[in-house]
Amino acid sequence: MSDRPEIDDHSGVETTGHEWDGIKELNTPLPRWWLIIWGACIVIAAIYMVLMPSWPLPWANTYLKGTRHYSERATFAKDMAKLAASRGPSEAKLAATALDQIEADPELLNFAMAAGRSAFGDNCATCHGSGGVGGLGYPALVDDDWLWGGTLDDIKFTITNGIRSTGDDTRFSQMPAFGKDGLLSASEIKDLVEYVTHLSNREADAAAVARGATLFADNCAACHGEDGKGMHELGAPNLTDAIWLYGGDRAAITNTITNAHQGVMPTWGGKLKPWTIDALTIYVHSLGGGE
Amino acid sequence: MFIHLVAGNRPAPSAPEAKLGKTTIIGGAPGQSGAPRAAAHGVEKIDVKAVNSAEHHALYQKRVPIYPKLAHGTFRKIKWAFLFVLLGIYYIVPFIRWDRGPGAPDQAVLADFAGRRFYFFFIEIWPQEVYYITGLLMLAAFGLFMATSLFGRVWCGYACPQTVWTDLFIAVERMIEGDRNARIKLARQPLRGKKLLKKIIKHAAWILISFLTGGVFVLYFHDAPTVVRGFFTGHAPMSAYLFAGILTFTTYSLAGAMREQVCTFMCPWPRIQGALTDEDSFEVTYRGWRGEPRGPHKKGESWEGRGDCIDCKQCVAVCPMGIDIRDGDQLECINCALCIDACNAVMKKVGRPTGLIAYDTGRNRELAAQGKPPVYRLFRARTLLYAVLVGGIGLFMLYGLMSRSTLDLNTLRDRSPTYVRLSDGSVRNGYTLKIINKATKARDFEIHLEGLDGAALKAIGLKNDGAGIRVHAEPDKVREIKIYVTVPAAKVRSMKASVPVSIVVSEVSGGTKAVNKTVFLTGNK
Repeated sequence: MSDRPEIDDHSGVETTGHEWDGIKELNTPLPRWWLIIWGACIVIAAIYMVLMPSWPLPWANTYLKGTRHYSERATFAKDMAKLAASRGPSEAKLAATALDQIEADPELLNFAMAAGRSAFGDNCATCHGSGGVGGLGYPALVDDDWLWGGTLDDIKFTITNGIRSTGDDTRFSQMPAFGKDGLLSASEIKDLVEYVTHLSNREADAAAVARGATLFADNCAACHGEDGKGMHELGAPNLTDAIWLYGGDRAAITNTITNAHQGVMPTWGGKLKPWTIDALTIYVHSLGGGE
Repeated sequence: MFIHLVAGNRPAPSAPEAKLGKTTIIGGAPGQSGAPRAAAHGVEKIDVKAVNSAEHHALYQKRVPIYPKLAHGTFRKIKWAFLFVLLGIYYIVPFIRWDRGPGAPDQAVLADFAGRRFYFFFIEIWPQEVYYITGLLMLAAFGLFMATSLFGRVWCGYACPQTVWTDLFIAVERMIEGDRNARIKLARQPLRGKKLLKKIIKHAAWILISFLTGGVFVLYFHDAPTVVRGFFTGHAPMSAYLFAGILTFTTYSLAGAMREQVCTFMCPWPRIQGALTDEDSFEVTYRGWRGEPRGPHKKGESWEGRGDCIDCKQCVAVCPMGIDIRDGDQLECINCALCIDACNAVMKKVGRPTGLIAYDTGRNRELAAQGKPPVYRLFRARTLLYAVLVGGIGLFMLYGLMSRSTLDLNTLRDRSPTYVRLSDGSVRNGYTLKIINKATKARDFEIHLEGLDGAALKAIGLKNDGAGIRVHAEPDKVREIKIYVTVPAAKVRSMKASVPVSIVVSEVSGGTKAVNKTVFLTGNK
C-alpha cells in the first residue's frame, strides 16, 4: 500500500484501504448538506443553552436559568392570569346581576351559558349526564319535572346547598322505608303500588286501587299531596306524571315504597364561586325545563 | 419530441464527465486556447460549456456555477416588463386601501387569520366559504394548463416567482460584479480586497431584497401600515417576525444560491408540463433544419451548403439554466427566450434572417425541414377543453359570488338527549341555531318552523310574538340561539319516529332568507 489513499476508478472517491474478497470500501464523505445541518444544530444548541434553562445544578438545588429566565410554570401562571383578567369584567357583571335579569342581556347570557356549560361538564355531568339527561336515580334536568322546584331561585338554592348533604341549609326530606321498617305489610304495599300506578293514568286493579286510596291518604299524602302531585318544599316527587326517578313499573315502585330512596347531591356553595353557581343556574334553567 | 422527462432518460455520462464533480469547472470559462476566436466577422465565439445539458451533467454532481451574459432584445425587454409589473403588484397590493365601513379592515387584500376572514377587494370570504379558494385554484390550474398547451412554459419563463426573483438577483449581481466575463474573472481571484468588498455589497443587497420580499409577504396577513410601524419597534406579532425570517432565508437561498437547481431538481412543474404540451405547442426552439451543419463563417464566404449557425455559443452564454438550446427540448429549459435575443442579434450582425432560435412548434420544425409551409393549430381538443373548463368554472364562480347570501344558517340538533318527554307527555326537541350575519349592518330576523303543525317554538332569552321569534344580529357576527320545539302529547302519538321539519330564518324587513332542513324526533318506535 502506498502512502496516498487509493482512488477508486469507477466512482472517483478515495477508498478506506479495506478490502474483502476484492470488494473495496469507499471513504465517501458525508453529504455536505448533512454536515451543514449538523453544524447548525450544534450552534443552535449552544445558543439555546445560553438563552434557555439548560443544566440542572443538583448541589445547589437549582438549575441554570438562562438569560431569558424562561419558565413553563411562570408562562402558565401568566396565561391563567391573563385569562382571569379577560373574564374578570364578565364575572363581576354576572355576580352583580340578578338572576332574572341575565336573560335580558344577550352578551351576559352568552357568557353565563358558556361558563355554565363548562362548569356543568366539570362538576355535574358525572351524575346528571352530559347535557343533563339524567339516569336512574339521577334526576334529568332537561324535562319540566322538578323535585325541589325549577325556578331560577330554586335551582340556585339546590346547587348552593345540596340535597341531604353536609351544608347547614341543605335541602332535606326522608321517605320512610315502609316495607323494610315494617310500617306496611306486603299486601298493603301491593295495594299502594296499584294506587300509584292508577295515579299516573295507567290501568290498575280497581279493588286494590280502592284499598290503596285509603292507605295513600294515611301514609303518603302528607308529603306527596292528596292528589299525588308532590310538593317542592319537601322534594316529594309528582306521582301523577310520566317521569319516574327510580323507575315507574310495578317492581320499581314496590322497591321504592319498601326501601325508600335518599338521593344525595353535594353542597356546592363554598366549593364553587358564587358567579359560577349563577352561571350553572342559568345553564341548568336553560336546558329546557326551567320554570 | 425529444424531452428528457426524467433524469433516468438521460444518456449515461461517459467516464470523464462522470468525474466533473472533482475538477473545478467554471461554466463557460474561457478555454485553454487563450485568445478569443471569431465565429464570424465581428462575432466572438464564446468558449462556454452548457454545464447543465444532459450530456454534461452527471447525477449527484456538485453545482457548477453559471455566469449568464446579459442579453439585449425583445424578450429581454418583455422579461424586464414582467419583472417590474409583477414585483410592483407584489409590493404595492398590501398597501391598497378599500373602505368596507366601520369595524371591518380597510385593506384591499387581506388574509385575516385572527378574525377568520379573507378579503379581496369587494369579496369577503368566511371560513365556511373556503370552496371559493378551491374554485380559484382550479381556475389557476386550468389557466396554466391552457397557457402551457398553447405557448409551452411561459409560466416558467416569465411569471414564476423563482424566475422573477432569480432574474432580479442576477441583475443585482451584474450591477455590482459586472457582466459574464468580469464575474468569471472575479471568481478566479482570491477572496480579499476589492473582491471581498464586492461580495459583501452583493450579499448585503441580496439579503435586503430577501428581507423586503419576506417582510412584504407578512403584510398580506396583517394590517400593512400597522405591521410596518410595529415591525421595527418590536410590536409586531411573533408570527410576523418568524415568517418574515423564513421567507427572507428562502428567497436568499433559492434566488441567490440555488437558482436553476430549484427548477431542475425541486420543482415538479417541468415534469407535469411534459404531459401538457404536444407537437402544436409553441416552444423556444432551435431550427436545426436551418442551422445545421454549423460552423464558423468568414466574411465574404458563401452561405451555400452550410447552416446559419456560426457556433458562436452566444445562446449558451446567456442561458440562466446552463444548457444549449441546440440540443433540443429539454427538462432544464424554462423557455425564458433569452437565447432568441442573443441569436437574433448575431444573425443581424452576420446578415442572415433572424429566428434561427425562435418560438415554434414541433410540427412546424418537421414541416420546415421537409420544405413544407408551417401549420398553426391554436384550436385543438385540449386547448378547447381547457378553455371550456376555465370559462365554465369562471362563470360558476361568478354566479356563486353574485348570488352569495349575506345570511347563513347552521342548525345543530341536540344529541344529548335527542328528545325529551315532558311530564304531560308532550315531546320536546332542542336545536342550536347559528345565524351568520355577513352584512356590515345589524339586522333583525324572524325564526319560523315549517312542517310541524301545532308545535310550540321557544328560545332562550328571546320572546315569541306568535308569528315567530325575533332575533337581532350584530354586523359581521355569528349569533347563537338555542331553540326548543314542543309537540303536545295528543299530536305526538300519531307521529312517526322522525318527522322532517324546516327551520326558516328570514329578515324582518324582507329580502334574505335561509332555510335549514332537519328532523323532529318523537321517541315513538
